[in-house]
Amino acid sequence: MRLRVNVDAAPGRSPRQAIPFLLPALVVLAALVLYPLVFSLVRSFFDASGDEFVGLRNYVDTFTDPRTLTAFRNNVLWVVVAPAAVTGIGLVLAVLTERIRWATAFRLVLFMPMAISLFASGIIFRLVYEEAPNQGVVNAVLVGVHDVFSPASRYPGARPRVGYAATEAGFTAVRPSKAGDTVSLPLIGFSPQDVPPQAVPASQPTAGAGELRGVVWLDVSVGGNAGKVDPVERGLPGIAVEAVRDGQVVARTTTGDDGRFTFPDPGSADVTVRLPPENFALPFRGLTWLGPSFITPVIISSWIWIMTGFAITFIAAGLSAIPRDALEAARVDGATEWQVFRRVTVPLLSPVLLVVFVTLVINVLKIFELVFVIAPGSVQSEANVLALQMWQVSFGTGGDQGAGSALAVVLLLLVAPAVLFNIRRFRRERS
Amino acid sequence: MTPVADEIRIDVPVSGAPGRGVLTRLGSKLGNGFVQLLLTLIALFWLVPVFGLLVASLRDESANTGSGWWTVFTKPAELTLSNYAELVANKAVWQSFLNTFYIAVPATVLVVVMASLASYALAWIEFPGRETLTVVVVGLLVMPIQVALIPVAKLFGALGLFGTITGVVLFHVAFGLPFAIFLLRNFFTGIPRDLIEAARMDGATEWVIFKRVVLPVAKPAIASLTIFQFLWVWNDMLVALVFADQDSAPITVALRAQLRQFGTNIDLLATGAFLSMVVPLGVFLLFQKYFVQGVLAGSTK
Repeated sequence: MRLRVNVDAAPGRSPRQAIPFLLPALVVLAALVLYPLVFSLVRSFFDASGDEFVGLRNYVDTFTDPRTLTAFRNNVLWVVVAPAAVTGIGLVLAVLTERIRWATAFRLVLFMPMAISLFASGIIFRLVYEEAPNQGVVNAVLVGVHDVFSPASRYPGARPRVGYAATEAGFTAVRPSKAGDTVSLPLIGFSPQDVPPQAVPASQPTAGAGELRGVVWLDVSVGGNAGKVDPVERGLPGIAVEAVRDGQVVARTTTGDDGRFTFPDPGSADVTVRLPPENFALPFRGLTWLGPSFITPVIISSWIWIMTGFAITFIAAGLSAIPRDALEAARVDGATEWQVFRRVTVPLLSPVLLVVFVTLVINVLKIFELVFVIAPGSVQSEANVLALQMWQVSFGTGGDQGAGSALAVVLLLLVAPAVLFNIRRFRRERS
Repeated sequence: MTPVADEIRIDVPVSGAPGRGVLTRLGSKLGNGFVQLLLTLIALFWLVPVFGLLVASLRDESANTGSGWWTVFTKPAELTLSNYAELVANKAVWQSFLNTFYIAVPATVLVVVMASLASYALAWIEFPGRETLTVVVVGLLVMPIQVALIPVAKLFGALGLFGTITGVVLFHVAFGLPFAIFLLRNFFTGIPRDLIEAARMDGATEWVIFKRVVLPVAKPAIASLTIFQFLWVWNDMLVALVFADQDSAPITVALRAQLRQFGTNIDLLATGAFLSMVVPLGVFLLFQKYFVQGVLAGSTK
């Protein structure tokens, strides 16, 4: 580089020299940001083809279209819940990390999701919340916990062939029985392959004086007699059987390996045999997280996972700027840790918390990829947000760039307060 | 730094009564134990989803449809690299992985170069409208890209840039510039005035001052910006979704077609997602200090 002595320009007073430095950036910004901004504003007043001026019709349509209104509602939910949650969690964790030696490592772990794409985070959480409990970890845990407290039934979906009425209390015999009777309970609706291994072939019990006997078996052999115990048919072990009189359970027993059961002393009056529902309950399969009712909370939870590290790191930077003396003084005065937090830390941090909060609100208003990836196609309309709706309307199924432009302008208006906030903050920091 | 301060606090009795000092110390110890445990659990909680994706990417299709990734603890033999081999052999996916580089590298270089130049002018050359221009840049920081999608798509269509890598790069450059200029201008204005004035007295041109004085001093800020911008572009989906076609699509867009049957495509999606994460995770772990600084500075974006 040749050194050139610049005599006519006083130091720092050479406006023309700014041009080559500014030109590349200005050309790009003007062509691809400022011109499009104006174009979108104008375009939003024209129809889908762009030929006809329609005034405010695109905006009216936007605010009456049910899909856009759903998107609005979801955006409001996002803005109300998500930034406050992340700021709160971030504040608590930032204060707590001050008390551990591995604070840097902790923040690194929680910051990591910021580095990966929202697409990848979306895949991660799609997998986490996958409905099948053998794929999604959340439902796997739920099913595990559920089954500890109410174990899965042994014969899900099985039912008696004839003679029993399905009630809330289970399958109840249509006809009453009494001591000395034998009861047949042929079950169907269950695969022979799933019969427990200890089961042995069933046999019709003989009547016993003063006892009520019966057999529960799987009545599904090929070529067998329906309702009769065929030689190859196995008894069903471990089925609970109740004897009911006047709506009260008077006796309760469980079938053996051959499916037989006995009520030794059912009493002289008639009883009704009943198979309680816990024998046949369908297994608990967890919740439909990716269905219409939970989808937005689910996506918000993934966003919290992504943004918490940012909040912690930002707030921790603010914390380290708080004078230690202020905290110590409060502690020496006998304040509890909670009081120090409430009365000293939070007020001193409030400017930082505001910046974090505003940043998160802006981020939330632009949310797109997470919804696009996590919400399955069938519930995307339920999970819809404005940025996604804008893309759908303009480039997806809609193809209406007039309405798309109106949505883009609405998004711009929503972040406008943040623009002013930034400019004011910038001006204040300068002075 | 902080742990030391905490220990000092613990060892100094809070009030005169010795009994209370012992109790406080005990309570504080227990409290710290609880905090350690809580934060350990939270850190694990944060890692589990990523770990699950990693394991899923290392199990084949039948393993993934049959059982959850957590069964790997009892059946570690199921782990295989076959998904990765398949993905890399898949021309379209591999091309999209390369495309991600072809988009992210020029978009980063151009932003860093253009923003450095512009920031120098905004920081150290006096010209009319400098104040206004700076405020405009700050105003553009949070501009939603949606505002530009439709017009730029039209513009690119007219210029033959629609569906090309160049188009995607240009759009990223445009929307990366405001933050980049904001960050570098802030850093450049912090350079001591004497340094610049001395060079001017020696007769150096603005270009020489920029190159020989400002750039060397600004290395940390430029590093932060480079890493932040690279990851930002690498991780993009929306811009490419609009402006890229099948041949110029980055990996995020190329994989989206597989989302329709998530349950049966876990092997492919998990592997693709992890492949797309490898580069950002590597960059993050190697340069985390710069990246964190970039994100904190760019908090407004």
